Parts: sequence; C-alpha cells; structure tokens
Amino acid sequence: MSLEQFKNRNVGTQNYKKLDLEHSPTCGWCQFKQVVSRTFKPELFVGLWVTLREMGNALFRGKMHTTQYPFEKLPISPRYRAIHDMLRLLESGHYRCIGCGLCEKICISNCISMDTRYDENQRKEVSEYTINFGRCIFCGYCAEVCPELAIVHGPRYETASEQRASFSLFEDMLTPIDKLNLQQEYDGFGAISSNADENIKKTPLAY
Amino acid sequence: MSEVQTVENMVSITIDGVEYKAKEGEYILNAARANDVFIPAICYLTRCSPTLACRICLVEADGKQVYSCNAKVKEGMEITVSTPDILAERRAMMEVYDVNHPLQCGVCDQSGECELQNYTLELQVDSQSYSIQDTKREASDWSSVLHYDPGLCIVCERCTTVCKDMIGDAAIKTTSRGGEALDKSWKDNMPKDAYAMWNKLQKSVIAPSNGTGSTDCSDCGECVAVCPVGALVSKDFVYTSNAWDLKKIPATCAHCSSGCQIYYETKPASIEDRTEKIFRVTNEWNYVSLCGAGRFAYDFENNIEGKDEVAFASAVEAFKQAKVIHFNSVITNEEALMLQTLKEKLGVKLINREARAFQRFLNFYTQASGNSLYTLDFKEVMQSDFVMSVGTSLRNDNPNARYAFNNVQKMNKGAGLYFHPVGDTLVPTFGKTVESFVHQAGHEEAALLLIIDLFADKDKLSDSVKEQLDRDALITTLGGDADKFNAAFDKMMKKKEKFSLMVGEDLYFHEKAENLAKLIAVLEASSEVSVAMIPPKTNSLGVALICDLDDEADGFTIGYNESGDFKLSALGDGDLDMPAMNQQEGTLTNMHKRVTPTNAAVDYHGYELNDIMREVAVAPKETIDWTEHLPTAKGFKAVEFDSLPNGYLNDGTENRGYVLETTSIEVEEVSIEKFDKSRGLEGEIAYRCNPQRQFNDFSDKAHQIFEGFGLYASPAKAETLGSKVEVTFDMGSITLDVIVDDRMEGNIVAVPDFKSAENIYELFAESRYQTVTIREV
Repeated sequence: MSLEQFKNRNVGTQNYKKLDLEHSPTCGWCQFKQVVSRTFKPELFVGLWVTLREMGNALFRGKMHTTQYPFEKLPISPRYRAIHDMLRLLESGHYRCIGCGLCEKICISNCISMDTRYDENQRKEVSEYTINFGRCIFCGYCAEVCPELAIVHGPRYETASEQRASFSLFEDMLTPIDKLNLQQEYDGFGAISSNADENIKKTPLAY
Repeated sequence: MSEVQTVENMVSITIDGVEYKAKEGEYILNAARANDVFIPAICYLTRCSPTLACRICLVEADGKQVYSCNAKVKEGMEITVSTPDILAERRAMMEVYDVNHPLQCGVCDQSGECELQNYTLELQVDSQSYSIQDTKREASDWSSVLHYDPGLCIVCERCTTVCKDMIGDAAIKTTSRGGEALDKSWKDNMPKDAYAMWNKLQKSVIAPSNGTGSTDCSDCGECVAVCPVGALVSKDFVYTSNAWDLKKIPATCAHCSSGCQIYYETKPASIEDRTEKIFRVTNEWNYVSLCGAGRFAYDFENNIEGKDEVAFASAVEAFKQAKVIHFNSVITNEEALMLQTLKEKLGVKLINREARAFQRFLNFYTQASGNSLYTLDFKEVMQSDFVMSVGTSLRNDNPNARYAFNNVQKMNKGAGLYFHPVGDTLVPTFGKTVESFVHQAGHEEAALLLIIDLFADKDKLSDSVKEQLDRDALITTLGGDADKFNAAFDKMMKKKEKFSLMVGEDLYFHEKAENLAKLIAVLEASSEVSVAMIPPKTNSLGVALICDLDDEADGFTIGYNESGDFKLSALGDGDLDMPAMNQQEGTLTNMHKRVTPTNAAVDYHGYELNDIMREVAVAPKETIDWTEHLPTAKGFKAVEFDSLPNGYLNDGTENRGYVLETTSIEVEEVSIEKFDKSRGLEGEIAYRCNPQRQFNDFSDKAHQIFEGFGLYASPAKAETLGSKVEVTFDMGSITLDVIVDDRMEGNIVAVPDFKSAENIYELFAESRYQTVTIREV
C-alpha cells in the first residue's frame, strides 16, 4: 500500500470561510457601549418568538421533533448487532434453521446450544435452541456463519428484563407467524453481497 | 512374533523419488500408508479385499498406470503418485461423485468427517462438467440399528466389503439403481477410468442381500463405521449430533474377551441436562472390527446422585465379616488385584466361575506344554491360512474369533474346520473350503484327536496318543463321512503354510478338561498347528492370572455384580453402588494376551472398590495406582497406567497397552487318557450360550440391544417346543420364552447366561452342556 495519502500534509487548500466578526472592544468605554447596546436590542424577543412559533407548530400543526421513546424508536443501522432474530422462509413460513450447528460451533463465548432429532418427515428438526444472553458478547459470528440466513441480529437493543430467559429461546427469537409479512430481509453481517449472482458458476443439469 | 519383519522379506521401492522399505507382497497403497505417504483412496479397506470401485488410488508404477490398492510392490519399483493424466482422472472421478449428490452437508450426520467432501476439496473441484438425471432413492431403516439413505450413497462398496470379508454375514450387496444409462458420448469425452467408474456407479445402489427391505445379520454396525459419507448411520444417532461436538474418549470395550479398541463419544445430554452422555461408539475400523454389543451397548452407566455414606459404612462392615467374594469377569485388572489383596490380608475366598474354569484349563495346558500362556494371539490367527475351531460357538462366544475365522477364508485363500455340537448355518458360508462337524456334545476329545491325526508328525507322538488315531473312525464318531471328508481335506491342504486352532469355553467347562489341555499341548508339540484360546468372559484371562480363585466356599458372601448376602453392584440394584465399566479407569487383559487401558467416559459420583480397600485393608490414592503392581511373575509389567498408549500406527501395528510376557519351563512327556466314546450326551440337551450382542448384564441394560433372555432354538426345534417352556435341570428348573435363532440348526437349545440374577451357572454346574427335560407351559 502506498503511503501517499498520509504524506500529504498540505491542509491549506481547503475552502475556509472567514466570519465577518467585529473586533473586540479594547477600551473601557467601548466595552460599556457594547454591553448597553446588546442589552437593549430586541433580539431577546426574536428568540422568544422562535420558541413560541415552534410550540405552535408542534401543538397545532403536528410538527413534533421529539421521539416518544419508548413508544417510538429511531431506526438503526442494519449492521447493528442486537438481540438475535430467527427468520422464517417467506413462502412456506417454516423456520429457516436447518440445525447444522455451525453457530453453536463458532460461538466464541460458547453460549449457543441446540438439540436436534430425526423427525417424522425424515428431516433434521431443531427440537430445542437457546442462547445464553448472560454470556453472549454480540460479536455477530453466528449470523455471519449461518448458511441459511436463519439466525441474524435484529434491532432489539433493549436487553433489560426480569429474566434473561425472556428472550433466549427459539420461539422468542422466531418471527411470529402472523407477522411474517413484516419480516425484513437481513442486510448486516453474513448477508449475501449484492453481486452474489455474478460470482457463481452454473452447474450443468440434465433436465 | 510375526510383527517383527526380518530384512529378507523387505523390498525397496521409490515413491516420488524418495526411497522407502516395504514388506514384500504388500499392496502399493498399504506400503505407502505404512511410510506416511499419502495416496488418495476411498473404497479400499485394510484387512479386506480391494473392490476397485472408486479407482481414485490410481498411480503410475514403472511407467504403467495401476490401482495402488491391488498392485503389489516389487523390488526397485518406481512409483509416481500424481501425473497430469492421473490428476485429470481423479478430478473427473470426484466430479462424477458430486453429480446429483444432495447439498445437505449442513445437516448430514457425517458433519465434516466426510471423505467425499475431503477429496472434493483435496482435488480442488470447483466446477462440474457432468450431469445426468437423478433417480429417486428413499431413505429406510434396514434393521433396529441401521439407517440407510441411498441418496447420499456413493456406492464405494466399503460396507458390502467389510460385511463379507470381515464380518462374514454378507448381508448387504450392490443392486440395480434403475437409473438412466449413461450417454454414449461421455465415453469419448471424459477420462477412461472415470467413465468406467461412473458407468458402474450409475447402475448401482446398496441393499440387503436377502431381497427384502431389512438385513438378516448380526447387527454389528461395522458398515456404519466404514461408510465414508453419511449414507449409513446408526438409527439411533441420525440427526442427533455433529461429529465435532463429540468428545472422543479412548477406551477398551468390556463386553467380551476381545477387548477391542473403541472411542466413547460424549457430549452434554441436552440443553436441560448438562451431564455428559455417550452418543455413539466408534472404532479405528481399518484395524479393528466391533460387534453389535461393542458398538451399540454403551449406555450401561450407573447413574447415582452422590455418595451414600450409610451404605458405604455397612459395606465396610460387610467386608470385615465376609468369608467369600463372588464376582464375575467384567472387572478390571486393578479391581481383580484388590480382591486378591483382600484374600491375602483377610483370608476371604474368591469365587469366579468362568475365570476359575479357564484358570484350571490354562494350568493344565502349562503343565503339559511348559508355556505359561497359549501360543497365538488372534491377529496371528488372522494371518494363518488354515484355521480350526473346537469347543466354541463361533457366532456367539467371541465375535472377533469369528471375524478371524471368516477373514482367513476370504483373504488368505484359506480353509477351515469347525467342530461344534450345535449346528450353525452361517459358518459354512464363510468359504468354499470350510468343513463343519456337528458332533455329539462331550466328544471334543475326538475333534482334537482328529486334528492331531491330520497334522501331527507321527514320530513325535507317544503311544498313548498314537493308538487312538484311527482317522476314519474318528470322522464317523464326529458325525462326518470319512470318504467325503478325506477327499475334501486333500483339497483344503493345497498351498497351506500356517495352521491355527481356536479353542473355547466348551473345553474349559468339561469333565475331561485336563485331557483336552494335554491334547492341545501334544498337538502343538508335534505339528505346525498353533493354538489360541478364547477366554470365556471379558477379563477372564486377567482374573485367572491375578487371582487365586477358589472352587467352593461357604459363609457370608459379598457379591460384586453377582448374587450375595451383601451386593456391590454397578447395575443400580445392589446394597452399594459401584461404577460401571464406562465410568472407570483401569486395564483389561484381552484374548490377544494384551493389557489394554480403558478410560472413564461418564461421570460417577459414588464410592468405588478402592475406597472400601482403604477402609478394610490398604489402598493407594487412585484405582489406577494399582496398575504398576500387577503381578510381574504372571507376565504383567510394572508400568504406570498413564504411560499406556491406546491406538494404532499407520501400518496397522497395534499400539495399545502391552503384551503379556510368556515364559516357558521344561516339561516331561504327558500321558493321554483314552477317549471314551460313550461319554457323549444323549437326549434333550441345553447349551449355556448367549445370543449375539449379549454378553452380560451391561449389554442387556443398553437400550439398543434387543436380544431377549429366553430359550434359543433352531426354527425346526422351536416349532416342536411351543412359545413358553419350562426347562428342568438336575439342579433346578427355569421357565423361558422360546426365541427362534434362524442360524441355529439341530436339536440342542441354548440357554443364555447374561443375566447374573438368573444363576444360570448354578443350573449348568461344571459343564456347558446338560441333559434337560423341556415341557411347554
């Protein structure tokens, strides 16, 4: 790597704009005059008017800028790593997790644990799944390693609760089936790149 | 020892420009493996015949392409592992294997231990050139323990090979897949060997060889062990755990006297229950083959909450007033040594029926032959080319003895003689030159005399033996046809060099045990036949060497996993709990005359025998501190437990524990008693014999073992008996359900002894055969 960008220490070419400021008063009389003129200017009322106007806007014209937390929340970056979500397949509604156990293996604080079994449909069923949030350090490896984009980091950053168990079970993290249409595709760590299609070779098919 | 190679039968070969030494007549692949040189290969199994299914082991030897798994090394041979042509072939083969292979690596039970995955990466397959329409293949259960998913199968035929060449069941075979035929154009457009391989692969799939959906076999699960992909999995294990989650604990199987190398694979039982649980048992399948008990009977641990101080105090009291300790052979050498120490310090008597019988027999043999131990181990039996068996139900007593008998037929172009009173339909199928004699119970001496007559140098025999050698009469006594056998025997003897004889429990529990032991000594002294003995139960050999056992005893009895006035038990039904074999460290002495270490796989929170020893006599800190004190006079070595290895080297050398030392003394000529034909048993006969996969209370406790406690009979006999019978012995009677064993033949019925609570040894007394009356109830 070239170090050009670090060696260029010429910062004088930027477009600084000088403010048109008065010189500070130097003599005692000059200072007295400045105090008197600032005191009796009507600028105080300009400020009061702005307040009054915004109050009117907020109260009568619906232009409130305050976020009503906890009833309202600001959107956060998709790369933020909060409490995990378990996503469902959009078509069938079945959970995406295939029980491969990679998240359990990669977890550096060893807080993911799962039980699997052979189910009636000859598939691998995740019979139990849990994350110990007392130990989770929200590193994001589980979401990154997940081959199915099944475990992802959600936007739920409030982790105060009476019990940690309240959000550590599979069902708690899983998208509720009635909110399937609201499920957002994950964009953070481990999501496929936007040019993924260009990077795959096609396998020949006989039919 | 055959393991030591002399310089004469080594040849030098060159692999990729480096010179190596190899055993003469060895396959190139094995020679390379022994020298730590990597040649890719999927379908080859050490100790089995090459199948040539995968063809990936293609190498260039002296300028010619050969398959390294079936081409033998020659002096001065120059081998190149990879040429551009061979690499193109291998890559094409891997691409072909990947055609239509389901992309379920994420859920597959092989979970990263997959050879298909490994070789696909090794040969850098990053694109696919071939395609063909897939055939629908449904997963199914072959038996109570086997699960087969043909979709994942790459038809390497390792399962069918091991089943035929090692196990001897030949219960599975390749069959037609019903897929589309390959397009002819591929023949010209792809490497030759890859095309041939694909052509075969596309046509085949594995299925039970009896034509039904389920296998008729001994459920050993060796096919599961050798499967390179996730196609064959034990039914209980399917989708329960990834291989990488399991902790491998090297151990020794404690079900029979084979003492096979195993790994207990454990992980926490579930999310709620974090105690370690055994999920499966695996083995080094290239060098050792397990039986169904070894592989599936692993969950017999004694789960207890903690130390029961009250029970412990009463156990200490019981030991102080004990006159007798009654135990069995499922015990480590260390515990046997503790019991022997108790005998020396407190004067208690030690009762162990099966080890006592074996001990007596070994002593007779030592007195007659001068050798402290029998001659062969079972590895050496496997290298012989004429194998015989007397006095053991090969299929039930010891699976490894059976595997050796079968392997000799399949691999060494061998011949076999099988003498047993209970007819068996499996043994004759091991090879074309296997002759089996179904003789009268009690006529074991005739079998040994016939063997002496067939193999001995007559000049070396004493008159007392010579006068009994009337070949045709002996053959007739043993139930054979003299003319037919003599003709067959001439064929069997062609090109044979190494002769071995296996003898078993029938001879130890025999009225004429002494005479039989002498006959064995005579046979060894006068012929090229060497003898291997099958200790009756797990550690019978160790117990026989360590303990000074008694025949009869009265008084207050402590039973260790056996009945007694105070019962120590690892089965959870005693007065004081003891750890089971999978919860203990220690060593076992197996039939290969080897002292092998085993480790604890599962937690145990209670007291062990060493704690009692500390209270009533002397004891070091740990049980394994006894290991170095095992009696060196009996062939044991004074080595620490922690220094004992437990594994195999790349060339197949067994590097487990140590081998017992055999000493010899000078002996005088022995006199042989005359064989009395009239001692053969007549009438209704019961034989003390366990079903396959059942050896003791522990195998019975395991959830994947389904063979019940009942009266085993051949299909024809079972029909005459009804469904439930009362069997009356001289010493008492027992009521049993009749269970059909379709590999049994004849009228003798088998009564199992694996449940110690049933006291079967009492019923049979000092013999394995008893005349009984059977009545339907």
